Amino acid sequence: MLTPAAPLRDPAALPRLLLTMVAVALLWPGVSLSELDLGVLFDGRNAEPMGSFLSAFWPPAHAEDFLALLLQATLETLAIATAGLSLALLVALPAALLASRALSLSAVSRGGRPHWLANAVRWPVRALLIVLRSVPEIVWALLFVRAAGLGPTAGVLAIAITYAGMLGKVYAEIFESVDPGPARALLGAGATRLQAFAYGVLPQAAGEMLSYTVYRWECAIRASVVMGFVGAGGLGQQMDLSMRMFAGGEVASMLLTFLALVLLADLLSRLLRGRYA
Amino acid sequence: MTLRLRGVSYRHAGGQAALHDIDLQVARGERVAIIGPSGAGKTTLLRLLASHLRPADGHLELLGEAPWRLPAAARQKLRGRVGLVHQAPPLPARQRVVTAVLAGRLGQWSLPRSLLSLVYPLDAAGARQVLARLDLQDKLYQRCDQLSGGQLQRVGIARVLYQAPELILADEPVSAMDPVLAAHSLEVLADEARRRGATLLASLHAVELALAHFPRIVGVRDGRVLFDKAAGQVRPAELQALYANEQLGTRPPASTPAMRVVHSPRC
Repeated sequence: MLTPAAPLRDPAALPRLLLTMVAVALLWPGVSLSELDLGVLFDGRNAEPMGSFLSAFWPPAHAEDFLALLLQATLETLAIATAGLSLALLVALPAALLASRALSLSAVSRGGRPHWLANAVRWPVRALLIVLRSVPEIVWALLFVRAAGLGPTAGVLAIAITYAGMLGKVYAEIFESVDPGPARALLGAGATRLQAFAYGVLPQAAGEMLSYTVYRWECAIRASVVMGFVGAGGLGQQMDLSMRMFAGGEVASMLLTFLALVLLADLLSRLLRGRYA
Repeated sequence: MTLRLRGVSYRHAGGQAALHDIDLQVARGERVAIIGPSGAGKTTLLRLLASHLRPADGHLELLGEAPWRLPAAARQKLRGRVGLVHQAPPLPARQRVVTAVLAGRLGQWSLPRSLLSLVYPLDAAGARQVLARLDLQDKLYQRCDQLSGGQLQRVGIARVLYQAPELILADEPVSAMDPVLAAHSLEVLADEARRRGATLLASLHAVELALAHFPRIVGVRDGRVLFDKAAGQVRPAELQALYANEQLGTRPPASTPAMRVVHSPRC
């Protein structure tokens, strides 16, 4: 042995133990505050109705008129998610361009730090994006159901507003996370900001933007289902009706449809990423 | 007069001085090589001349205008008349060579035209023509991340050739190329400058290349101009003084620049 033997005790053991204890200490109030009690699940009186509800799931409903209804509700859900996301993109893209520091002209000659005045102008846009996404879509949906009446319109508007906030924030951060060199070189050669974005930032950011957008589309499908419960149309509204009538088979068919939709979104994402990322 | 610098200094963000009191005048159509040891301030000087950096002190005149007295929009227009070849051309990895070259003229193109060209290259013939001069025409539709460091440097040169600026600035434009290719690429730059009456300033590590291809040599050391004279009048003693390094001991000056590690640029 040329080197002195290292002590057998792992020097990282104590910090790890402390970290675990801190994590437990932080998690415990969360469990007790949310009144989580797994016991109710196994209580005989509760398990019985739950079991009978679940046992009605088999076989999934497949009557012809129900399937026609299911198809229509599914198309409506897809339409709500797609239309909502398209509207959100209309707001999110310009907002992300305004909020992002990636296209700062003043940063070119200041070692990458934008002028404080230019930064101050970005703040109102950031604040707008925060307001848009801080209110959950279900709350917007309740609001719009009152304004626009029962039906898909409320769902589309609710998704458009919330998702504009989320997409705008994430796009702006994606723009800032790519290598700023290409865009700065173009700005330094006389290009305008939008040109520098198209030729310097977009080629690097497109893959990530695409994948995040498809993921958000998947989320929009789920959100539109949840909003259906408050009357905003689509599969959710049908599911609410079936649950109230304890039609377990119908619920099972709808859950299988969800599975297929999420699978579809996943395939689409993989296809697009394989092509463009 | 293409360039007029009087008492120009520059300090980095950290506060340390990079250039002191630079006086330099370059007439239209001149070809000037900037040589000096690593860290002498050659890149900073070129970025200052490209109006990417704002001098801390002194007077800078570029193509007859004072860039930092212009409003931002006019300064962008002026920047469009100056082309800078980067040592490691900052090109997006997934961008195709044709798009990277055509991006040279963004300063002259309208937004709709540039967006259209992003989808379908509007002047592929023009891009192929400048690439052909650098023997890269077969790479027209390849992606930038499929090219070697030296090929990327040539794409960077092709972009500036396509831009056709009145002032060509080149920061170590051939550092990742083999000697034959380096000489050829410098000749293409010099030829372009001669043909269009453009001014050319290039920083170079290799002293032999500078002396062979440029009529005027500017030696920079520690952020100051050490000498500024015709290539034929540069004496070995001056080169020795330019590259002398107390820490590394005395070495034959001519071999120091030639032995430099080749930088492979990022895509």
